[in-house]
Amino acid sequence: MAPDLTHTSSYTSYATGEPIADTKAPTGPIAQRWDTRRFEAKLVNPANRRGHTVIVVGTGLAGGAAGATLAEQGYHVVQFCYQDSPRRAHSIAAQGGINAAKNYRNDGDSVHRLFYDTVKGGDFRARESNVHRLAQISVEIIDQCVAQGVPFAREYGGLLDTRSFGGVQVSRTFYARGQTGQQLLLGAYQALSRQIAAGNVEMRPRTEMLDLIVVDGAARGIVARDLITGRIETHFADAVVLATGGYGNVFYLSTNAMNSNATAVWRAHRRGAHFANPCFTQIHPTCIPRTGDHQSKLTLMSESLRNDGRIWVPKAQGDTRPPDEIPEAERDYYLERIYPAFGNLVPRDIASRAAKNVCDEGRGVGPGGQGVYLDFADAITRMGRAKVEEKYGNLFDMYERITAENPYEVPMRIYPAVHYTMGGLWVDYDLQTTIPGLFAIGEANFSDHGANRLGASALMQGLADGYFVLPATINDYLARHPHTAPADSLDADHPAVHEALTATRDRLARLLAVDGDRTPDSFHRELGELMWEFCGMARTDTGLRKALERIPQLRDEFWRRIKVPGTGEELNQSLEKANRVVDYLELAELMCLDALHRAESCGGHFREESQTPDGEAARQDDTFSYAAAWEFTATGEAPVLHKEHLDFAYVHPTQRSYA
Amino acid sequence: MRLTLRVWRQRHTDADGTMSTYEVDGISPDMSFLEMLDTLNEDLILRGEDPVAFDHDCREGICGACSLVINGDAHGPERTTTCQLHMRSFKDGDTIDIEPWRAAAFPVVKDLVVDRSSFDRIIQAGGYISVPTGSAPEAHATPVPKPDADFAFEHAECIGCGACVAACPNGSAMLFTSAKVNHLNVLPQGAPERETRVLDMVGQMDAEGFGGCTLAGECATACPKGIPLPSIAAMNREWLRATRHSRRG
Amino acid sequence: MARIIWDSSVGKKTVMAVSGLVMLLYLVAHMLGNLKIFFGADEFNGYAHWLRTLGEPALHYEWALWGVRVGLLAAVVLHAVSAYQLSRRDIKARPSTYVHKRLRTSYATRTMRWGGVILGLFIVWHLLDLTTLTVNENAQPGHPYENVLATFGTWYGNAIYLVAVLALGFHIRHGFWSAAQTLGVGSATRDRALKAAATALALALTVGFASVPVAVMTGWVS
Repeated sequence: MAPDLTHTSSYTSYATGEPIADTKAPTGPIAQRWDTRRFEAKLVNPANRRGHTVIVVGTGLAGGAAGATLAEQGYHVVQFCYQDSPRRAHSIAAQGGINAAKNYRNDGDSVHRLFYDTVKGGDFRARESNVHRLAQISVEIIDQCVAQGVPFAREYGGLLDTRSFGGVQVSRTFYARGQTGQQLLLGAYQALSRQIAAGNVEMRPRTEMLDLIVVDGAARGIVARDLITGRIETHFADAVVLATGGYGNVFYLSTNAMNSNATAVWRAHRRGAHFANPCFTQIHPTCIPRTGDHQSKLTLMSESLRNDGRIWVPKAQGDTRPPDEIPEAERDYYLERIYPAFGNLVPRDIASRAAKNVCDEGRGVGPGGQGVYLDFADAITRMGRAKVEEKYGNLFDMYERITAENPYEVPMRIYPAVHYTMGGLWVDYDLQTTIPGLFAIGEANFSDHGANRLGASALMQGLADGYFVLPATINDYLARHPHTAPADSLDADHPAVHEALTATRDRLARLLAVDGDRTPDSFHRELGELMWEFCGMARTDTGLRKALERIPQLRDEFWRRIKVPGTGEELNQSLEKANRVVDYLELAELMCLDALHRAESCGGHFREESQTPDGEAARQDDTFSYAAAWEFTATGEAPVLHKEHLDFAYVHPTQRSYA
Repeated sequence: MRLTLRVWRQRHTDADGTMSTYEVDGISPDMSFLEMLDTLNEDLILRGEDPVAFDHDCREGICGACSLVINGDAHGPERTTTCQLHMRSFKDGDTIDIEPWRAAAFPVVKDLVVDRSSFDRIIQAGGYISVPTGSAPEAHATPVPKPDADFAFEHAECIGCGACVAACPNGSAMLFTSAKVNHLNVLPQGAPERETRVLDMVGQMDAEGFGGCTLAGECATACPKGIPLPSIAAMNREWLRATRHSRRG
Repeated sequence: MARIIWDSSVGKKTVMAVSGLVMLLYLVAHMLGNLKIFFGADEFNGYAHWLRTLGEPALHYEWALWGVRVGLLAAVVLHAVSAYQLSRRDIKARPSTYVHKRLRTSYATRTMRWGGVILGLFIVWHLLDLTTLTVNENAQPGHPYENVLATFGTWYGNAIYLVAVLALGFHIRHGFWSAAQTLGVGSATRDRALKAAATALALALTVGFASVPVAVMTGWVS
C-alpha cells in the first residue's frame, strides 16, 4: 500500500503559493456583472449538446436542479446519489425557508439589501460579485419553484406569505411550514424525474463517487462504487459537477444526515482542486441537546422558532430549579439584554457563541448544563396556542417525540450544533474549481456565505447554483473544450483511469484486510470529539496545535486497528463508513490548519485570541481579508496556501453590530 | 434496558431469509430505535459478524429512508418514522421483531434494506409539473386560494418511505400515488397535466406490481406524515374525471 | 375508454363499485318485496305475479323480469370477475407475510373476500331453491308464499339463509363506504356521514331479510 496513507508526522506550518489572481468575475458595475458574464460566455449549439455528457454527483437542491436543467438544455446527464432515491438528499431536512428579494411586503427590501445583508452576515469574507448574483437570482427561484407546484405558505388572499429570519430586519423568507427544504427538494426531484423519464438523465442511485478521474489536467470522469453489488465502476464525461453537500459530519455529531460525507470533495481536492476556508463551519444555535454517548446525530429546531420564542437561562449559576419555578426577575434573557436591536434574531454565530458563554459560566440548563431555554410561554399568551400550533406544530411535535417533553408547557431546551460548512471546494465566478471541467455547486463549494451563512440562504444558494448559474457557465467550458478524446473513447486502459481505479480498489481492499479491533464508528466518534473540543465554537492556538498533533496519530491508529467485516462485493455499510472516515481523518487536519493560520475571528470562526473587549469576534481585515484556498500535496504533508484577496467596493467592511 | 431482538437476515435478493435472535443490553430509554440497532451492530462488528443492514439517513423523520417493520407495525408502535421512535416506547425484557417492508414491488436487497425504486418510477410517470427552468411566470401572477394551498401541502408532505405499502394487506401504493396526484392536481399550476398525470401514475403503479386498494385503511394508520385515507378517494375522483375528459384515443 | 377502465386497478374497482351499487339497489327492492309476506299469502303471491306482468301491455309477460335478471347477472359477473382478478393481483403484490402477526389484520378485506364467496354460493342455492325450485322438495310452481314457508320449515334452510344475510350485512357495511371512496365521493368531511349511511343500509337490509325466516320460525308467518 502507498505509504502516504499512514503518514504520522504532523504539520503546523505551510508554504504560501501564488495568490489567485483571476476569479473570472467580470468587472464593471456589480449589478451588470452577471449579464456581462452570460453574454460573454460561449454557447454550445443546441444540436450538439446531446453529444456532451455531464456527470452530476449528488441530487440535493443544487444537484437535482442542475441535473434537471442541464438535461432540459439538451445535455446528456449521468447523475449519482448514494441514497436509494434522489428524493432523499439531505436538503430535504432544511426547515425554515428560502430568502428572496421579492419585496412583496414593501418593507424596504431589494436585491441590493439582500446582497448587503449576505455580505455583512458573512462577516466580509465572501466574494461580492458572487453574492450580488445570488441576490439577483433569488427572485427567479421563487417564480420557478411556485411554477413547479411547491406549496409555499400563502395568505388568505392567495398570495405568498413571508417571515423574518435571523440577521435581517425585513421579511423576505418564503416557507412551507417547517418543511421548506423538503418541498423545494421535491420540486427539483420532480423536475429531475421528468428528465429521467424522458431519457435525458441516466440516474444511478445507491452509487457512491470514490474518486475523480483527471485526464490531461481536466476532469473527465469519476470512479464510483455500486453500493448493492460492490462493483467499482468508471464513468466518463466532458465535465463533472460535484453537488455533494458539506462536510459537517467530520464532527461526528451534526445535523447532517448520517451518510452525508466529504469523500467526493476530498478526493477532488487530492486530485488538484483547491479547498477554500475549511475552518468556516456554522454552529447552529437551536438544536436539541444530546442525551448521552449513544447519540448518533443531532436534530435541528428551525431558527424560525426564534421569531416567537425567547431564549433565557437562570441568572444564578447552578440553578437547578425547574423552569416554571424560576421567577421572571431571576431569568436572564441574555440575547435581548446584549443585543437589544436584534434580540433573539441575531445571526447564528452570535447566538451560538452566546449560548456557549452562558453555559461556560455554569448557567446552562438540562443534563450536564449543556442547554438554554427557548420559551414560548409569552408567544402562547400573545397569539394563543392555536396560532403557535399552526406556525410551529410539526417542530413542537418533533421536539416532544425526541425529548418526551411538551414544549407547549415546558420551555424547549436547545444547544448549538454543527450544521453547515461555509468552506468547500474553491470555485471561480463560473463555479469551476481549479481543475478545469470540475464544477462544485451548493454547499460543496465555498462561494457565497463567507464566514457565516444567514438563515434561509442555503436553499437559495443551492437552487441558484443548480437552476441558474451552473447551467449558464458550464456552456462556456463545454464550448471552449471540445475534447479531442470523446468521453466514450476513454477506458480503463488509459493510465490516468487505471491509476484512479487501482487506488480505489487498493484502499477498499486495505480497509477489509486490516481486521483490527476498532469499529469505523469508534474512530469517527473520537475524531468528532477532538474536533468539537478544539475546532468547534471557540478555537485557540494551543488547542488547534494539540488537535494537529493528535489527528495524524489517530490516522495511524485507524490504519492499524480498523475492523471492517464482510467483503467488498456486496452491500457493506461498514465498508462505506470506514472509507468515509479515511477522508474525514485527512480533512480534519486541513480544517485545523486553516483555523490555526487564520488568527482572527470572523463569523463562525472564533479565535479566542482575537475578540473585542466585550467578547465579540474581532476581524483583522488588514491581514485576513482573503479566502484561503489550500492546495493538496500529500497525506500528512503541509498543503500550499493560495490567497484570493477579497475587495469590498460596495459593502464597506465594518465591525458587525447587532446590538 | 435489556432486549431480545429477532431480526430478518437475508444476504441478498435471491437468498432465503430467516429471523435471527440477538440480545442487546445497556439500552437507554432515550436512545432512538436506530441508535439501539447501532449498538447491536457495533457489537456484531467486534465479534466479527456481519452487522444488520438497514436504510437510514437523516434521522430526523423527513428523508424517508428508514423502513423497518417492528412487531408487525410499519415504523413501529408510534405514529412516526423508525428513526424518531425511541426506546422509551418499549419495556425492559421485551422481545422485538424487526422485519423489512414486504411487498412484491419492494424486493429485499439485504437484511432490512428493500428496493423502492418503483416509487421513483411512479413519480417519473407524471408526478411533476412540466416547467423547464427559466420559463416560470412571476410567482404572484396566479394566486392560489389558501384552502387549496393547504390541501396541496398536506399531500406534499409524503416522504416516500413506503410504510403505506408495507402496512397494506394488498401491498398497494394507492396512498403514495394519491398524495402526489392530489398535491399537484389541486394547484392551478398543475391543471394543464391534470388528466395525463393521474392516468399515467396509476398506470405505472399497476405496472410495478402493487396491489389494488380495498380501503382497509392500514396505510393511513401507518403513514408517519398523516396522509389521510380520503386522499385515495380524491385520486379516484381525479382518475374518473380523467377517463371522461381524456383526449387520448 | 372501456379499455382504460378494465385495464386499470382503479377502473376495475369502479366496475365493482357500480355493479355493487346496482345489486344494492335491487336488494333494497327485493327486501321491501319480501316484507309483503307479513300481509298474507294473497298479497305476497299477487306481488310475485305482478312482477311478471310488469310493463304490460307494452312488454310481454316476464320481459321486464328477464330484463332485470339479465342486468343482475351482468352485475354479478362483472362484480365477481373484477373481485377475482383484483384479489389475485393483491395476493401477488404481497407474496410473503410478516413473521410477526398482528391481531388487526385486514378485517375488512377478509370479510369482503370470504363474504363475497359466501354470497356467491348463496345466490346459486337461493335460485335453485326459490326460483327454479330444484332443491326445494315441497315446492309448487306459482306458489311463492308456500315455497318460502317450505324453505324456512327446514333447519338448514334457515341456517343457510341467516348466515348469508349476516355476510350480506358485513359486505354492504364495508362495500357501500368503499364504493363511495372508489367513485370519489368520499372526503374527510363526508366520511362520518358515509359510514353512518353504510351501517344503516347494512342494518336495514340484514334486519329486513332476516325478519322473514325468523317470522316463519317463530310461527308469526305460517
